[in-house]
Amino acid sequence: MSFTRRDTLRLAMGTAVAAAVPFKVFADVDADVAAFTEGAEIGEGGITLVAPEIAENGNTVPIEVDAPGAVAILVLATGNPTPAVGTFNFGPLAGAQMASTRIRLAGTQDVLAIAKMADGTFVQARQEVKVTIGGCGG
Amino acid sequence: MKKTLTSIGAVCFAMAVPFGQAFADEDADLVVNGELEITVRAPAPAHLENLDEITSGWVYRSTETQAFQLDDFENPGMIFVDSGLESWTTVEGEAGESCASCHGDAEEMAGVSATYPKWNDDAEEVRTLTMQVNACRTEQMGAEEWKYDKPDMLNMTALLASVSRGMPVNVAIDGPAAATWEQGRDLYYTRTGILELSCANCHEDNYGNNIRADHLSQGQINGFPTYRLKNARLNGVHSRFRGCVRDTRAETYAVGSPEFIALELYVASRGNGLDVEGPSVRN
Amino acid sequence: MADNVTPRIRVPREASAGETITIKTLISHPMESGQRKDGDGNVIPRSIINRFTCDFNGQNVIDVTMEPAISTNPFLEFQAVVPEAGTFVFTWYDDDGDIYTEEKEIAVS
Repeated sequence: MSFTRRDTLRLAMGTAVAAAVPFKVFADVDADVAAFTEGAEIGEGGITLVAPEIAENGNTVPIEVDAPGAVAILVLATGNPTPAVGTFNFGPLAGAQMASTRIRLAGTQDVLAIAKMADGTFVQARQEVKVTIGGCGG
Repeated sequence: MKKTLTSIGAVCFAMAVPFGQAFADEDADLVVNGELEITVRAPAPAHLENLDEITSGWVYRSTETQAFQLDDFENPGMIFVDSGLESWTTVEGEAGESCASCHGDAEEMAGVSATYPKWNDDAEEVRTLTMQVNACRTEQMGAEEWKYDKPDMLNMTALLASVSRGMPVNVAIDGPAAATWEQGRDLYYTRTGILELSCANCHEDNYGNNIRADHLSQGQINGFPTYRLKNARLNGVHSRFRGCVRDTRAETYAVGSPEFIALELYVASRGNGLDVEGPSVRN
Repeated sequence: MADNVTPRIRVPREASAGETITIKTLISHPMESGQRKDGDGNVIPRSIINRFTCDFNGQNVIDVTMEPAISTNPFLEFQAVVPEAGTFVFTWYDDDGDIYTEEKEIAVS
C-alpha cells in the first residue's frame, strides 16, 4: 500500500484530532465531578482560581484556590491522563477557605476548581494554562 | 536591554515573541524573605568586551518562577540545603571529622562560594568548589569522594551557596589561574556540534530573545546549584554545560573534566559583580 | 520511600487570640505518579503522599486529598485561625504506609 502526500496529510490530521479530544479523559472528568457534586447543579462566582496563563514548565505549576464559605474544593486538571489533582477539605479552624499548591499539567489545558459551599450548593471556576515546551533540554 | 537579532545558521531565534515577553518581568528586583537583597543586574566586569551589563538568569524567568525564590519556604531548593546541613555536622571517614569540626557553623563559610573556581597553590590546579569539598573529604576526613554533580555533593554546594547569598561573585582570573581562564574563554567562543553554536551565540548574542519557547538568559551561573521545575531537583553547573553542548548536537565534555573546570572559571568570571543566589529556581 | 523525607514548615511563633495566620509547608518526596516508565519500559509504580492534615489543639484546620498530579516536593499554603496558645500537628500520609508528623507551638499574646 502506498500513501500519497494527501493521504499522509489526512492521516496526520486524523491523529491530531484524535489526540486533541481524549474522550476517556473527558469521561474521567465527568465522573470525578459527579462523584464530588453527586449530580447537583454547579453555579459560577464565589470561587477564585489563580493559575498562570502560561506555565514555563508543566511539571511544577503554582495554583491557588479561594472560595469563602466553602467546606471543600476539588481541583481537576482536565487534560491530564488522570484528571484528579486534589481535594481541600476545610476544618473548623481554617482561617480562610483558600489553599495554594503546585501541580503537574501534561500539556495546555483547562484547570477546573469546584467548591462545595456550606449550604450544599456548588460553584466552579475554570482557567486555561498554556504549557510551553522549551528549546533547551539541558 | 534589548539585543538586535543575530542570524545564526540553522537555529531560529525569535525576537521578543509576544507571549515570551508577556510573562517575564526583566525589571523585577530580587529580595529574598523580604530582607535579603540580591544584585541581579550589575555593570559588566572589565574583561567582558561585548556586554555593558550582566544579569542573573532570574530576570528572564516568568513572574511565577521568579516568585519561587522570594521566600525560602517556597524555594524547593532549600529542602536540599537542609540535607546539606545534616551532612555538614555528620562525622565521616577514618579521621573522625565532620565539616563542622574544622569549619564551625556553616555560616562561617559565607563568601567562600563566591570565589570559586579558585587556584590552589598546594595542588597547583584550579579547583571548583566541588573539587575542594572532595579534597576536604579525602585529605582531611579520610572519607570517600562524593560523585560530581550528584545529590550528596549538590546538597553541600547548595548549602555553601546559600550562606553566600547576597555576596558578589568575585573569582580571580589573573596570576596562576590565567591560563585556565583563557582556556575557558576559548571554549566559550568555540562553535560546537552539528548546529555550530558556541556559548556566546545564545548567551551573549541573543539573551532576551527566544529559542523556541525558551527565553534565553546570559547563561550566568551565580544561581547554581539550581532547582529546575523540569526535573524537580538540584542541578550542577557542569551538568548544565553538558546539556547545552549536547543541544548543539555535539559530543560533550564530561562532568568534572578539565574543559568544564576551565569553562566554569570563565563563565563564573563573566558574573563577577552579580550576587550569589544559589540554590536558585529555574524552569 | 521514606528516604530522607524532611518537612519544612513555617508557622509564626506568636499570634493574637483569634488571629488568622498563614502556614507554608514543603516536604521532600518524589511523588512518583505511576505514569512514568523506566529505561526498560516497565511502569514505575506509583508512590506518593496521598493525604496531608493540619490540626490545632485537636481541631482540624485542613485535610487535603492528594493525587499524582501534585508536583514533586509538595508545597502547601493555607490559613488557620488561632483561638488560643497551643500546638499545630502536621501529618503527611505516604502510599507505602509511612506517616510523617511534625509539631509547631504557637504562643498567644
